[in-house]
Amino acid sequence: MQVLIDNADILFRAFGLTLLLVVVVSILSLVFGTVLAAMRVGPIGVLNKAGALYVTIFRNNPLLVLLLLVVFGLPKLGVQMSYFNMNVLALTLYTSPFVCEALRAGVNSIPIGQAEAARSIGLTFSQSMTAVVLPQSFRAVVPPLASVLIAMVKNTSLVSIFGLLDATARMKGLLNDHPSQLWWIFGGIALGYVIIVEAISLGAALLERRWRVA
Amino acid sequence: MFIRRLRWAAIAATAVLAVSACGSAGESDDNPVDNKVDDSAASKFEDGTAMKAIAEAGKVKIGVKYDQPGLGFKTAGQDQPTGFDVEMAKLVAAKLGIKADDIQWVETISDNREPFLQKGTVDFVFASYSITDDRRKVVGQAGPYFLTGQQLLVKKGSDIKSVDDIKGKEVCSVTGSTSLAQVEAKGAKVRGFETYSQCRDQVLDGAIDSMTTDGSILLGYAAQNPDELEVVGDPFSEERIGMGYAKDKPELCQFLTDTIQEAMDNGDWAKAFEATLGKSGAETPEPPKMDACA
Amino acid sequence: MASSVLFDAPGPRTRARHRLYTAISSVILAAIAGLVIWQLWRKDQFAYTYWEPFVTPDIVELLVKGLGKTLLAAVVAIAGALVWGVVFGVAKLSEHRVLRWPAWTVVEFFRAVPLLMLIISTWFFIGPEPGPHAYWALVIGLVLYNGAVFAEIFRAGINAVDRGQSEAAYALGMRKTMVMRLILIPQAIKIMLPAFISQTIVALKDTSLGYAILAPGLTYEGKIIFGTFRNTIQTALVIAAIYILVNLLLSWLATKAQRRFAGEHKLDIVGGVVQSQPAGGAAGARGL
Repeated sequence: MQVLIDNADILFRAFGLTLLLVVVVSILSLVFGTVLAAMRVGPIGVLNKAGALYVTIFRNNPLLVLLLLVVFGLPKLGVQMSYFNMNVLALTLYTSPFVCEALRAGVNSIPIGQAEAARSIGLTFSQSMTAVVLPQSFRAVVPPLASVLIAMVKNTSLVSIFGLLDATARMKGLLNDHPSQLWWIFGGIALGYVIIVEAISLGAALLERRWRVA
Repeated sequence: MFIRRLRWAAIAATAVLAVSACGSAGESDDNPVDNKVDDSAASKFEDGTAMKAIAEAGKVKIGVKYDQPGLGFKTAGQDQPTGFDVEMAKLVAAKLGIKADDIQWVETISDNREPFLQKGTVDFVFASYSITDDRRKVVGQAGPYFLTGQQLLVKKGSDIKSVDDIKGKEVCSVTGSTSLAQVEAKGAKVRGFETYSQCRDQVLDGAIDSMTTDGSILLGYAAQNPDELEVVGDPFSEERIGMGYAKDKPELCQFLTDTIQEAMDNGDWAKAFEATLGKSGAETPEPPKMDACA
Repeated sequence: MASSVLFDAPGPRTRARHRLYTAISSVILAAIAGLVIWQLWRKDQFAYTYWEPFVTPDIVELLVKGLGKTLLAAVVAIAGALVWGVVFGVAKLSEHRVLRWPAWTVVEFFRAVPLLMLIISTWFFIGPEPGPHAYWALVIGLVLYNGAVFAEIFRAGINAVDRGQSEAAYALGMRKTMVMRLILIPQAIKIMLPAFISQTIVALKDTSLGYAILAPGLTYEGKIIFGTFRNTIQTALVIAAIYILVNLLLSWLATKAQRRFAGEHKLDIVGGVVQSQPAGGAAGARGL
């Protein structure tokens, strides 16, 4: 127990870094994921295939390998970025295809009758989207997006291997110095992650309820 | 569609296998210091001592590092490790009548040196093993056979010259290590990675300003790249590198101390240094004065 | 589905516009690819020394052995996770609160904790040595995490079987265990199969985390290789290619399994499975 109290300020800062990573990567991958989704459902063939290729490559690869390429590879190519930026880049590149698939799954789960009805009363493409499809898809998209986000929170732990001192990195240090306190250290850090994850789950549940359709 | 993909995969695989006969990366030379193996060693020891037991068995298990060039280093594709610690180990084995090729090398990492000695997984440890009172409570440590301390490795021409220059700069080491904690306390921005060689790569690529750990390890890296890397700054901690042995075999202490003392006196110690860490361009230091066995 | 209905068949003006967009996009994509390749070339990354290790028989052998150990770890972990998952899945469905709540807590806990953390802590607990200890730390961590996910899949699968089935079974007088054994589980298995296979793919990707604890495997061998030859980019690309190939194969298996065992019941799992859908799932297989 004492270990946790003594190192409380370091641990809080470490979790602060984790939260910062989560926020930045969420925003970036939501944007990029939406772009990818648009590429995949749009009418332009080249973009369809490019998007599908991207998703296939980046979903079938472990995040670790991607981080290796970005954090160790970019400097070799002469690209100088801070470690924070490089890790964010790798995490975003990895999470975006999952966001894209979550969005597509959500949009595709809306009964096709809705879109057909919208078209049949004469709404244009953008009108159908904004008035009929998208509002319903917000609700459908929340569960898969929440699980992608939760997976991403856990994935941030990998930055500990690539330079950043997040909660997992600090845990390694503490385990090295105080091996007898293993359970306390594990429990304390696990608690931090559980709190973050459950907060996201709760948020998702609240959103689902707010947007409940009849 | 898939069959087409499968066919390409098969062609690619065959191509790779066909070309596989070609490359020869990773081969190197193994025994820089010539150890005269004493074949009659077994008879020179008293009955009942651990030395006699090992000499008669004709086999010895020695724990070394595999990831510290110049000290204990084994690359992909090599059979035997190389380095200063390894050379010291070979000297000891030779005194026991065991040839370098017959040594059973075991990879040790920092956390398992004590358990390995206590369980008998290894007979000796020569793995950047600092002598501390805490460790002496659970294992035996003889030596030191090398003195070092935490230092900095930088690209040649860097403006970091000593530990005072690292405030606010990024410094690399292994996640969770004491070296990392030490420089963090001195105000540097620390970046933790999996292995020292990853840190070294980043220094070489210019991605980070410097890396820190024991000077002995850094010298090994500088020895691999003497034109681009250098070790700077006075050591800002002290490490006395010693030999580990099982605490329940105290006779090993005198044996180890005598063997290495002899190497220090007859120049083998210096030769080992020049062949390994000395390649960094660092001067061969004076051999340290070893502790007396309790 | 919804997306395909939303626009009419394109007329000539739209087609011309689309051709323009296609041209612009192709140029942009080609430029990006070209930039990457050019930069690699400039920094000498195509040099033979960097690629030579991958045609050296010794090194290739190391990689193959590493792949073998990775696959083995994944298989063992999945087997263990199945057992764990079934136990906790059944417990979560239990009518006895005494069983349900602890099961729920355990499952939620292991799904919220990062796998890397689990693996590192387990490794320190067993005794941080490379080799077998690290291997088992990796496997145990994988079992705990994937077991929790399987528990969820199991529970959702059982719940996805038509209510009518269990109602009819109870109406016939069967007791709970019999209903589970004879009616629900056999039907649930068909529903759960694709999800199980996709989770296997996730488990395979997660074995890469052995890198952090010196566990034998593909990424471990990769670390040794680029530690020696300083060819990080090349090694990472080769390992990436291997992972993609293996995972595509598994995805293909998953698609076949999904088609054969009929897709009337789609498993709607909240939290944990979406990100593990195989690239070869319904949408992805058509796309590439």
